[in-house]
Amino acid sequence: MYSLNAYRGMQFYGVLLLLPAAILLITFAYLPTANTLINSLYIPSFRGEPRTFVGLENYQDLLSDTTFWQVARNNFLYALGTIPTSIALALGMALLVNARLPGRGMVRMAYFTPTILPMIAAANIWMFFYAPQIGLFNKLLSIVGISGINWLGDPNVALSSVIVMSVWKEAGFFMIFYLAALQSMAPELKEAADLEGTSRWSFFWRVTFPLLMPTTLFVLINALINAVRVVDHLFILTKGGPNNATNLLLYYVYENAFSFFDRTYAATITVVILLVLALVATLKFTVLDRRTHYQ
Amino acid sequence: MRTRLPFALSTLAAGLLSTQSAMANDPVELTMYYPVAVGGELTAVVDGLVEDFEAQHPDINVDAIYAGNYDDTRVRAMSAIEAGEAPQLSVMFSIDLYELLEQDAIMAFDEVVETDEERAWLDSFYPALMENGQVDGKTYGIPFQRSTIVMYWNKEAFADAGLDPDTPPENWDEMAQMAAAVRDASNGEQWGVMIPSTGYPYWMFQALAFQNGHRLMSADGTEVYFDDPAAVEALEYWVSLANEHNAMPDGALEWGTLRQNFLEQSTAMMWHSTGNLTAVRNQADFDFGVAMLPMKTQRGSPTGGGNFYLFKDSSEEEQRAAMTFIRWMTAPERAATWSIETGYMGVSPDAYATDALEEYVETFPPAAVARDQLEHATAELSTYQGGRIRQALDNAVQAALTGQMSPADALAQAQREAESVLRRYAR
Repeated sequence: MYSLNAYRGMQFYGVLLLLPAAILLITFAYLPTANTLINSLYIPSFRGEPRTFVGLENYQDLLSDTTFWQVARNNFLYALGTIPTSIALALGMALLVNARLPGRGMVRMAYFTPTILPMIAAANIWMFFYAPQIGLFNKLLSIVGISGINWLGDPNVALSSVIVMSVWKEAGFFMIFYLAALQSMAPELKEAADLEGTSRWSFFWRVTFPLLMPTTLFVLINALINAVRVVDHLFILTKGGPNNATNLLLYYVYENAFSFFDRTYAATITVVILLVLALVATLKFTVLDRRTHYQ
Repeated sequence: MRTRLPFALSTLAAGLLSTQSAMANDPVELTMYYPVAVGGELTAVVDGLVEDFEAQHPDINVDAIYAGNYDDTRVRAMSAIEAGEAPQLSVMFSIDLYELLEQDAIMAFDEVVETDEERAWLDSFYPALMENGQVDGKTYGIPFQRSTIVMYWNKEAFADAGLDPDTPPENWDEMAQMAAAVRDASNGEQWGVMIPSTGYPYWMFQALAFQNGHRLMSADGTEVYFDDPAAVEALEYWVSLANEHNAMPDGALEWGTLRQNFLEQSTAMMWHSTGNLTAVRNQADFDFGVAMLPMKTQRGSPTGGGNFYLFKDSSEEEQRAAMTFIRWMTAPERAATWSIETGYMGVSPDAYATDALEEYVETFPPAAVARDQLEHATAELSTYQGGRIRQALDNAVQAALTGQMSPADALAQAQREAESVLRRYAR
């Protein structure tokens, strides 16, 4: 009797401990998700009539919506363009500023500055970098005789321009995580490797990089989330144009919800995004986790 | 104890009474969102006007909140309504009308006006500015920061190219030739003309189409006519400025940086909102002029900009206070101040009759161009499902300008998209 009571007491205690996190998660994650799912099964009210239940019709519309597929393709390219580059750059910068370097503090700060800027402010600066006639890039290029690149107005270049700015913005942030990981690495490893006469190249690939895998995994997931989640710069730089060349999924959701007042279609796209992200996250945690060494 | 109770009650009652009388003296609190679409220090101008109003009307407090561009302001206002914190009034895009009606968010001014004087006030504005604010004979939008598109030209650049610096192009052919002449004379250093194609491409396109004698939509907002031959010709002309005449850069031209382009003399002409006028005047270190847009078969520009709207979800007292504020803001003297400080139009003939604006126009004639162009103006593209319709047209314009599609194909596609969106609305 006594032990059962104690067991129940412990259970109750456990529930209490979980409660704050659970309440927050339920209110701000699970309830909205469920709500979105339900919304996606309706079409919005029309001239005073209440909204109507249409089942999966929104999903059917989505499949035949060419803009959606273009936007999805854009987002895929955007992820492909931003994630590996910003991670590689972050790692490179971290290795550089982890080494003995004159003015190391200044360099670290310089690399980190873009992260502190709000995305909107950064985008406003970059809009003037990219301005075709008066912008920094074209003025520099005109010195070597190249002129007239319309960075944000040419559909073949615009997405790349947006990607470059995102990499610039993100790499410094990821660098901080790599730097922290590098600093916590035991110096004995390097000493041992030096005694063995290991080259710096193979030391990096055999020791440093594997030991950084937990960080890489963490950064990878963050970069992926950002590739879908951060679209602030589009509001300033391109508004998804020209002709949807730089439109990304979340911006398309925003357009549907707030420019077109079509909340239910926006909900439909959101559900699809959630499904894809859930799938990718599951893959990462099952496949990549097995190949990640935790110290 | 018992004997004391009446005393306690009476103090309580006195307390209640005093709070009640204090409430009667409490000013009415109004919240207003407003947009700024052309940059510059317009927020300071609005804040100054609001301050003056509050000084004259101690019984009304106005919380004027700058909410970004027109799209941002719509989002802010709509989210506030959904959160049960509806503003009592706002300045929003004049073309948001049908969507605000569909969301059942706004009310007609006709329901709030009481006296003949107030009814006369409703009729005191330029009729062209009322087109976007009226449906079925009721007035929902009162013009405030209203504009048309005008052409700014750099007189020095014209002189350098051997053109008469005081004669802007009258028609499409002249504009193309003059622009090409500037481009040639500058050895490719300077462009001839820039018509922005991000931000509000449909607006610029509407001007071109109307100059070619074509309206893009029906008066009731349920039909559009994008693929008409006159519209196709208009878009072909726009594309030809870059492709044939080599007078305008390729690709989409950014709305937001265009003024800077003009100020740094990288283009000799720009089409832009008249709302930029004062900023250009203050910052240009060269001689410039402002002209009506050139014509094909006729002059023409859509009106643009923001109207005052009254929101439904407010008390009668708040509605009256909101109207007092709107009347004050649009009175001739304030409209004149606003016009001088910004370049936006004085919204009523009376505003141009004030001493201040009359004098200003005399010393600075460009300030009257937007007004004079009003007689050639048409309503801005405004339909049901306006967001989607404008997006369809924006995409078509950008697809044509960036060479992804021919003007005819692009407009045909926009027409198909628009028709499927508007299917439910045809009466």
